[in-house]
Amino acid sequence: MAEIELKQVEKKFGDLHAVKPLDLKINDGEFIVLLGPSGCGKTTTLRMISGLETVTGGIILLDGKNITWLHPSERNIAFVFQLYALYPHLSVRQNIAFPLQAEGESRDVINQRVDEVVDLLRIRHLLNARPGKLSGGDQQRVALARALVRRPKAFLMDEPLGALDADFRESMRAEIKQLHIDQNATSIYVTHDQVEAMAMGDRIVVMSEAVIQQVGSPDEVYYKPANLFVANFIGSPGMNLVHGNYSDGELIMPGMDNRYSIPEDWQQALSEELDGSKELIIGFRPESAHLSQDGNLTGTVYAVDLHGAYTMLHINMNENDIVHIRADRMVKYALGEKVRFNLDPEMVRFFNPKTESAIRRREVVQ
Amino acid sequence: MSDVEVKKIIKEFPGVKALDEVSFDVKDGEFFVLLGPTGAGKTTTLRVIAGLTKQEQGSIFFDGEPVDDLTPADRDVAFVFQQYSLYPTMSVYDNLAFPLRSPMRKMNEAEIKEQVEQAAEVLRISQLLERKCSHLSGGEMQRVSLGRALVREPRIFLMDEPLSNLDAKLRETLRIELQHIQKTQASTTLFVTHDQIEALTMADRIAVLDHGKIIQIGTPDDIYDRPATTFVAQLVGTPRINLVKAGRENGKLYVRNSSLYISLPQGWDPPKEFLLGIRPEDIKPDNEGEFEGVLTLLEPLGVETILHLTSGDQTLLSLIPGMTGFKIGDKIKFNITQERLYCFDNHGKSLLC
Amino acid sequence: MSNFREDGPGYPVTEATRVDKVSPRSRFFKSLRAIIVVIIAVIMLIPVIVMAMTAFKPRATIVSSPPKILFKPTLEGFVFLLTDRAIIAQSRLADYKEAASQGDLNLFERIALQGGQEITGTSDYVSRLKNSLIIAGLSTIFSVVLGLFAAYAFSRYDVLGKDDLLFFILSTRMLPAVVVTIPLFLMYRQLSLNDTHVGMILLYTVFNLSLAVWLLKGFIDEIPLEYEEAALVDGYSRWQTFYKIVLPQSITGIAATTVFCLIFAWNEYAFALMLTSEKARTAPPSIATMLGSGGLEWSAIAAGSLGFLIPVVIIVFALRNYLLRGVTFGAVRK
Repeated sequence: MAEIELKQVEKKFGDLHAVKPLDLKINDGEFIVLLGPSGCGKTTTLRMISGLETVTGGIILLDGKNITWLHPSERNIAFVFQLYALYPHLSVRQNIAFPLQAEGESRDVINQRVDEVVDLLRIRHLLNARPGKLSGGDQQRVALARALVRRPKAFLMDEPLGALDADFRESMRAEIKQLHIDQNATSIYVTHDQVEAMAMGDRIVVMSEAVIQQVGSPDEVYYKPANLFVANFIGSPGMNLVHGNYSDGELIMPGMDNRYSIPEDWQQALSEELDGSKELIIGFRPESAHLSQDGNLTGTVYAVDLHGAYTMLHINMNENDIVHIRADRMVKYALGEKVRFNLDPEMVRFFNPKTESAIRRREVVQ
Repeated sequence: MSDVEVKKIIKEFPGVKALDEVSFDVKDGEFFVLLGPTGAGKTTTLRVIAGLTKQEQGSIFFDGEPVDDLTPADRDVAFVFQQYSLYPTMSVYDNLAFPLRSPMRKMNEAEIKEQVEQAAEVLRISQLLERKCSHLSGGEMQRVSLGRALVREPRIFLMDEPLSNLDAKLRETLRIELQHIQKTQASTTLFVTHDQIEALTMADRIAVLDHGKIIQIGTPDDIYDRPATTFVAQLVGTPRINLVKAGRENGKLYVRNSSLYISLPQGWDPPKEFLLGIRPEDIKPDNEGEFEGVLTLLEPLGVETILHLTSGDQTLLSLIPGMTGFKIGDKIKFNITQERLYCFDNHGKSLLC
Repeated sequence: MSNFREDGPGYPVTEATRVDKVSPRSRFFKSLRAIIVVIIAVIMLIPVIVMAMTAFKPRATIVSSPPKILFKPTLEGFVFLLTDRAIIAQSRLADYKEAASQGDLNLFERIALQGGQEITGTSDYVSRLKNSLIIAGLSTIFSVVLGLFAAYAFSRYDVLGKDDLLFFILSTRMLPAVVVTIPLFLMYRQLSLNDTHVGMILLYTVFNLSLAVWLLKGFIDEIPLEYEEAALVDGYSRWQTFYKIVLPQSITGIAATTVFCLIFAWNEYAFALMLTSEKARTAPPSIATMLGSGGLEWSAIAAGSLGFLIPVVIIVFALRNYLLRGVTFGAVRK
């Protein structure tokens, strides 16, 4: 399919730096997700790759060829919009055939490809309908069919599931991922929903404020976030981040006299990185904290969430820090109740509050 | 705060019956959620309770008193809209003060200032009071629109999908805070959403609506563990409950188009053809597992992973905690928790098998 | 900038635009299009330019053939426009010439003298212009105000037979003025409204009402209903919501509608010609029929037209931003 490379690509709108110079290499057949909150630059980056937006600096390569200034139609890339952009005055069949007609393909080829694609997406029964009469999910499938029919080198998708109801999104995202696998396509997918990113991405590009924060597999961004932003953004809820003071191998957290003994293999890294400063942030995921009567750390219950299969406890460790802990569904907690918990030492992470970056654990050399 | 009784509301629009004898009651201080897909009639119900839409038949009671003839203002409810809830040309302070400056209230500026500052503190927007609304982020805007409802101290809060237009992350944060505020202030709240996580996490009780009818009312536990229909079962829980056609064969439950034969749970007496429901978290991969399937898709979510297991033509979703080392194509053995199987007839109604 | 190749622009692009829109070829076509538009605009303006020139031409050069482009400008046209004159009797001509050489005559009198005429008083032009201002101005105000309320009602309420009524209102504009002039003339005569300010204002208001209602309804439709409903729930009355929320948000719409209604009323010719004669006559019919001693006084007509143009140009120019600006921009997200 295609290998896409972005070299120092940037975009400015007047004085606004929408995308700061970024480098990114997308491998052939990869499903890569551009993830970030509104305004982080992900959609602008996608649009630059497609040619719907000019580049202020840098170059874009497709299989080694410089496509930075090629017309969108010459890049052999398909774009799926959030609001489907289906032509309301054409039938579904005509909508799907449209790109091929634009390319001047013969009638036989068009019919054959349309047939293939409607079977793949199971919308054969909709061929003669008008897009306006279809449900959101069906419209999305037609939009996908229209993209697929071209057999492009890459698929670019701009929050395609944003307009759908929550439960639809689940099944559609599995469909899209399955489609990608079957087609062996290269796909670039933009979303603000980290659940989608984690579920679908081979690699995730986490962006914020026009800059790439981290590029990694779901595993990497989840267990080894590069900085506070990624730690907080990935996961629902995000990683628990508590401020404290480091002294004598212990982390002292304000409020209810919480002290945490820092595991051995972290101590060396911490003393090096912190370089004398006392401030430290500890991070842990909701499922790596375990409620227990004789837990080392304590807090009061701020809110309780039922998530079907489990309960999420939101705990106040002090005035400013709310911590989320996964708990068994069956146990009930009252607001204001004091609870105790322990942390899984393998799963904790540490961050430098000044640089906001993660501190990397050193290998303990014996 | 008041309790609300909704009695047999019928509302018709040209060509469609939006509400078909909708009845339920909300206790004083309760967080009551109306859950359902788009077009189910949830917003219409809320608007009828507020008095913004007039119903054809049926009545609304606040604390036992009928309010059908009262204007929205007289009903003393606060309504949070899904969008367009802030006046863009006014500052945050003025937006929060707007409800209090209405002619109905007769408050002087000093009293208004106090109320506004109090609400701003609860919602943590005190630092934004002087800003113009067009210079706020999405989350801040939504806090201000919640603030406009909060300043009023009404009998009831009515909220129409207030979090739907927010980024996923913002929705999470605001959700937790909203829940905390509601619980500490013990306010009667009617909350409309199509997002089942919002419903499950915030509600004291949930009413599920579909096409203008109430399908089931219950606590989140009730709705999740004892769904009345397949519609309800599919509505709550992520990922969706597995629903497969099943039948009885040789004293076992046979999942059609697959090679899965499940032993009959205790006390079950299902009909020959029925729909079997299995929650994804009840399908547990196990090396000594009774059943086997091929992994066709893997969705790692960090805190848990969704496995798509295929047996024959049937694909079941399994939810396991944490991340895994499985790869697409692997043959995986698994168990199914017998005690938590659901049984529905072919029309979707729950059967006490 | 070594990243940029020949296909791309030679400069960093910092506006939102598609890639193909910055290539040198595309920029060339853009300039080409701009030049063509300017040429067309100039061609469109030629009649106005000619009219302006004519206002300052001496009588003789106006009718010369081929038309003269270079000439000695004079205020003759304006004098003819603004004053009534009479031919000076032979006997008094000498006295006048003497007064002129002594500097006793003002500018207008001197110009009139050149044509052998003396000034006997101001012409009707100014009073006609005043009539235009009053009639067009008031009728515009009435039609916009009434139209605003009607548009609000159509937009927010379930008026009985709404669609039919709206069509009916629109249909009044489908009639050519000429068709209804005779019946109107007869009606007005019965009601003694002929040649009265009231009669003309009434007529223009009614005619403009359809435009006003349709334009304003469109603008009001775009104001989210939630704004008003929120205020209603908070305790504000319908009137207060209209006044505090809808009105401020529809200023652009009101400005645009005012401009269109004003232009129609200001330029209206047929009704003004048929239904007025002396007291309530507006500028358009009177300008066209200015007679001088040798037939139509072209320079006066041109000068009169110029003067007639100016108030509208000023108003439209003052409101041009409102005409271009879009509607509401306040929402929680997007």
